[in-house]
Amino acid sequence: MKSRTIDVDYLARVEGEGAIHVKVKGNKVTNVELKIFEPPRFFEAFLRGRDFTEAPDITARICGICPIAYQMSAAHAMEDAFGVKVDGQLRALRRLIYCGEWIESHVLHVFMLHAPDFLGYQDAIQMAKDYPKEVQRALELKKIGNELVTLLGGREIHPINVRVGGFYKVPTKHQLAPLVERLKWARDAAVETTRLVGTFRFPKFEQDYEFVALRHPNEYPFNEGRLVSNKGLDIPIRDFENHFFEEHMPYSSALHSVQKDRGPYFVGPLARYNLNFDRLSPLAQEAARSAGLTPECRNPFKSIIVRSVETVHACEEALRIIGEYEMPEEPAVEVKARASRGFGCTEAPRGILYHRYRIDDNGTILDAKMVPPTAQNQRTIESDLRAFVSKNLKLTQEKLTWICEQVVRNYDPCISCSAHFLKVIVERD
Amino acid sequence: MAQKRKPKLAVWKFASCDGCQLSILDCEDELLSIASAVDIAYFPEASRAMRKGPYDISLVEGSVTTPHDDARIQQIRNMSKLLVTIGACATAGGIQALRNFKDVKEYASIVYASPQYIDSLAKSTPISDHVQVDYQLWGCPINKRQLVEVLSAFLNGRKPNIPTQSVCMTCKMHGTVCVMVAHGTPCLGPVTRDGCGALCPSYNRGCYGCFGPKETPNTRSLSEWWSRLGVKERDIMRVFRTFNAYTEAFRRESEFHEK
Repeated sequence: MKSRTIDVDYLARVEGEGAIHVKVKGNKVTNVELKIFEPPRFFEAFLRGRDFTEAPDITARICGICPIAYQMSAAHAMEDAFGVKVDGQLRALRRLIYCGEWIESHVLHVFMLHAPDFLGYQDAIQMAKDYPKEVQRALELKKIGNELVTLLGGREIHPINVRVGGFYKVPTKHQLAPLVERLKWARDAAVETTRLVGTFRFPKFEQDYEFVALRHPNEYPFNEGRLVSNKGLDIPIRDFENHFFEEHMPYSSALHSVQKDRGPYFVGPLARYNLNFDRLSPLAQEAARSAGLTPECRNPFKSIIVRSVETVHACEEALRIIGEYEMPEEPAVEVKARASRGFGCTEAPRGILYHRYRIDDNGTILDAKMVPPTAQNQRTIESDLRAFVSKNLKLTQEKLTWICEQVVRNYDPCISCSAHFLKVIVERD
Repeated sequence: MAQKRKPKLAVWKFASCDGCQLSILDCEDELLSIASAVDIAYFPEASRAMRKGPYDISLVEGSVTTPHDDARIQQIRNMSKLLVTIGACATAGGIQALRNFKDVKEYASIVYASPQYIDSLAKSTPISDHVQVDYQLWGCPINKRQLVEVLSAFLNGRKPNIPTQSVCMTCKMHGTVCVMVAHGTPCLGPVTRDGCGALCPSYNRGCYGCFGPKETPNTRSLSEWWSRLGVKERDIMRVFRTFNAYTEAFRRESEFHEK
């Protein structure tokens, strides 16, 4: 029987180091491995013995692409442990800084990492030669996301202004004002981006996924909500570990998170969109519809449209928050440590990021657990690769290899996070 | 005159968070100019086109933590005319160097259910422990302006203009009120290398040393001032033991307070 392998030894345009290995025998895919060879960094181990106040700055260093997500999940987990509620304008400012990270991260992925696949370029810099206006616009849009993070956080990567209880310093109304015109431009640019990516050609591909995301009573989710799925899951954050567990595979330094008795699930923009379409702003909904998306979408290739739609939403949400902003009197709520356990789960650009800590009376961390979005999507990515390759064996090796990479990039995997992850190999015997 | 060949640039990743190489993509205003001045031959985070060496400039992010990476950095050195480390991981071992103070086997068993699958060295070490490095850029993360300066300096055959003094100098030039003197907020500024733009004090917070030690830091004297502000020994140990924990100055100081 004829067999074949598809190997991508070092997957490009993803954050971190990984590989894909697919083995095909005759017309059957016999093995799929998404390998993560990102070396482990042991965050959960060295957090033991650290002070609770250090968790946001230390865990941010897990990922340079989504440090805000780590800071938010850590801060919320600590506040949960100590019975502290951060409300009003401080809560709004947290959503505002998260808007900045979503804009920056989504635009990076849409244009620099994902669009070149659809348009047939090796990278965005090559793409810029034929699409100068579009790439320039994307860079400007990304920059506005970074400006938002920098204003509130001090710098775009590993911001210094987030703390348990709130911030070290809050901006004045006057400081936020210049962002309004920039964000209006960004909102229009995001609408234009959604229109553009909606014209791409998408492979016909759908699976029966279980989408998991946060759902909040009246907001599109960033920091708070219940964990829900399209297959009946509806639990508070603190029950996460009763429903999901991690498995360790010999070929990967990333743990695979699966749902008990149910298996793989899907987190990230597509999951959020399917579970929270009704919470998107009217303009974001409109942008989605004009780009040909229905409120339910199960084609992971179309996640590029969803990221653009979420960028529209993030710009609008940022404008809303700035419009209603009144500077709070104190930059943070007072936090007193006590022996306790705390849980936090927020929507990183790539999906839910879960943190759990146990703290002693002095505020020292006794143990820590973090489940990043890419660890949760790995099984689903492998399942997509298996299904996609099975249906597309007629493609040439070169074409099949590239599209396997694209299948992985649909998830905007962040390997640095999940090696607590990528390389493509399709093998045909 | 023969047309000048564009210098070939490569970007490499070791154990790290990706943030420092993201700084290149975060140069939104300069990215296309950089791409026209150099030939980006190997940068997998940004491009699936990966061309073989030799390279004129290699930017290396991350620390060495596995036997395989130790071998890989030797190969990269052999292919590179200039090798520049970017960020605290590559320059100082990074936050993951906290394992250097503990037993790595125990660490693996805390994080992984099957630690036998994990192949890790006992220590996380900077690139300079393994190969000769031509220039080291500090910071967790690096400052993208400094990165553009380093690239521009090497492209023009001059020395990079990067300060080695303490961050207090920039803080003073900004006219920020000293958080330590005026508010009694413990600050690592006096022993920390300049480069971030003195961010933390301008947000009413003490510096936490993410740019590593300045040249000739007097850490002991600063620790004594911290003690006078009522900071416990254990907390002084913790503050020197973060993103640049394994630099000689910060390591010695943290060990002094560990007892």
